[in-house]
Amino acid sequence: MSAIYFSVGPQHAGSGHFRMKITLQGDIILNAEPDPGFVHRSVEKIAETREYLQNVPLIERQCLSDVSSVTLAYAMGIEELLGIEVPPRAQYIRVIMCELSRIMSHLYWLAIFGIFLGHSTMFMWPFGDRDIFITETAEKIAGARVSYSYIIPGGVRYDLPDGIKEHTLKTLDYFQGRLKEYDAIFFSNPIFKRRTKGVGVLSRPDAIRMGVTGPTLRGSGVRGDIRKDEPYAAYDELDFEIPVFSEGDAYSRSLVRFREMEISSSIIRQAFENLPEGDFKVKTRKKVPEGEVFSRVEAARGELACYIISDGTRKPYRVKMSTPSFRNLPGFSLMKGSMLADLPTIWMSLDYWPLDADR
Amino acid sequence: MNIINIILDFLNLENFISNIPNADVQELLTIVFVFLRSDLFFKILFFPGIFTILIFVAELMWLELKFLAKVQLRVGPQYAGRIGGILQPIADFIKLLFKESIVPEKASKVLFLLIPIMLVTLAATTLTVIPLSETDVISNLDVGLLFTFAILAMFPVIALLAGWASNSKYPFIGGIRALFQQVSYEVPLWLSALGVVILAESLNFTSIIKAQSTFWFILLLPLGAFIFLVAIIAELERLPFDIPEAESEIVSGWMAEYSGLNFGLIMLSLYIKLYFGAALFTALFLGGWLGPSILPPAFWFLTKTVIVVSIIILLRGVLPRFRLADLLQIGWRRLLILSMVNIFLAITVKLVLF
Repeated sequence: MSAIYFSVGPQHAGSGHFRMKITLQGDIILNAEPDPGFVHRSVEKIAETREYLQNVPLIERQCLSDVSSVTLAYAMGIEELLGIEVPPRAQYIRVIMCELSRIMSHLYWLAIFGIFLGHSTMFMWPFGDRDIFITETAEKIAGARVSYSYIIPGGVRYDLPDGIKEHTLKTLDYFQGRLKEYDAIFFSNPIFKRRTKGVGVLSRPDAIRMGVTGPTLRGSGVRGDIRKDEPYAAYDELDFEIPVFSEGDAYSRSLVRFREMEISSSIIRQAFENLPEGDFKVKTRKKVPEGEVFSRVEAARGELACYIISDGTRKPYRVKMSTPSFRNLPGFSLMKGSMLADLPTIWMSLDYWPLDADR
Repeated sequence: MNIINIILDFLNLENFISNIPNADVQELLTIVFVFLRSDLFFKILFFPGIFTILIFVAELMWLELKFLAKVQLRVGPQYAGRIGGILQPIADFIKLLFKESIVPEKASKVLFLLIPIMLVTLAATTLTVIPLSETDVISNLDVGLLFTFAILAMFPVIALLAGWASNSKYPFIGGIRALFQQVSYEVPLWLSALGVVILAESLNFTSIIKAQSTFWFILLLPLGAFIFLVAIIAELERLPFDIPEAESEIVSGWMAEYSGLNFGLIMLSLYIKLYFGAALFTALFLGGWLGPSILPPAFWFLTKTVIVVSIIILLRGVLPRFRLADLLQIGWRRLLILSMVNIFLAITVKLVLF
């Protein structure tokens, strides 16, 4: 049987704004070439035409499932240029928002991963639970559901509302109970294990050579997490562990994300326990002094770096974002030599998000 | 005296026929009216024929929507038909009726348009031999089981033809997958049904069900029932075996290019097949219409069928999809051997009990 060529996406049931060029021989994928760029919105170029504060709502749109981490990287860069110290209360609120954002992003991933493997219940449950987080916590804290532009240079926009601690802890109690049910119906499912164990194996040297980040890297046995390596916000004052699995297959990558949801819940609990009193933001100037700065955070999908060049005016000279999805793009080469049925497994185990990669 | 006779008497059409001058036409029309007044026509049209099946299958679709919604903590259909959206499948079908049926430019047009009709016809044909009760059967064939075997064997060929006629890559891959899956699962399916035939000493469904009046065969052959259920789910292309239609890999498999009414017909045939698969399991292992005589036998048959369908729907809610390679391995390496063991067990049971 001769090889057939077809593209998965951009109009495919599971692709999103993205295309895979697949060459298929029988049931084996001979060649898989990712083709990103369908949703390039030139965020970086538009950022040069706006003032520093106006850029916050723009930049968070590059990754709407993980808003807080993106804006935090940008805000941290500007604070370094301005040379200001963010009050500790704002640092803790930032941690809370980033971890909420991480949970919401992982829930989104879990839902899509579920439907990619044909598990429709795993599609509905995380989306339903994600909505509880959006309405019960994000909307109450930040005033908007998804794109809340809450983290700004100098702190956060508003202080926490009254009673939000009890509210969030109640949500987390419910959520941690649900995680056990996810485990029972999906992660402990024998068919799920059969489909993901030994599929798309990314060895430790390969992971380092390709430069993948985040859960994809930690699934290959590398203990790489900016929250521990280069602590920002209030992460150095909190006690948490980094889940690392050494097998490097789709199963270990998905388990990393599953464990991270549990750990994020505990980080939020700790942050609420230790939440200091005081200011939640400091005043910033509109003009940023000349200079270059590089800041990075651990977003839900991996390391997110922001490089800002300022020429001393109200607008940035250049804002360069290095996004985790784009850095995980080489992981798609794992599809070569696997079966067609493994394509969605490998695809979603990398947690690729076209909007995040294209910017 | 059935409803068709009452209507024909009311219309009094035979009087018009006697006025027709041409004797040949008169004779022909008389034969037609004898057929229309016969019991067979009533069975085909009303009970247990097309009309009952269509309503029942539509409500099976509703059951799937609603039951799956409960599993997934959703509400499900709500508005159409007031009581829990009970008319939702009919509303869906009417919607599809008014949508454009797109035929791809490069498709083999005649074959492409014939396939939905062939599917529905074949799926409906299988139901002629399934008895809802001792009298409610359209055709009481002596080789009923063999007949259903012959009809079921045609579905993979049609799936492949659909993939080929669409002249598109996803449907083609889906068609080949359907062929692989259904052909390899037919073997354990009919080998496990052979255990029932050994016990009942007949291929006729009525005799098979009567033979279960003391023990349902699921009690005598639990292994056979399990293999049959797994294999029939694979034949029906339902989760966890919906590999030919895997939407995250090959969009919608061999039916990806169908739209509008053609798609509606394919879905109808798939749900008739679902009903047929569950009815087959009921007839072979769950004692068919047998049950307390307070309620009519057809009620027991349909209730048992609904229970089997619910089990199949529940599996869709809790299991992800298999890979094709795993599926074929399970089929040839496990189920085939187990169904051989099942035949051996059936012979043992036969020698000991009867």
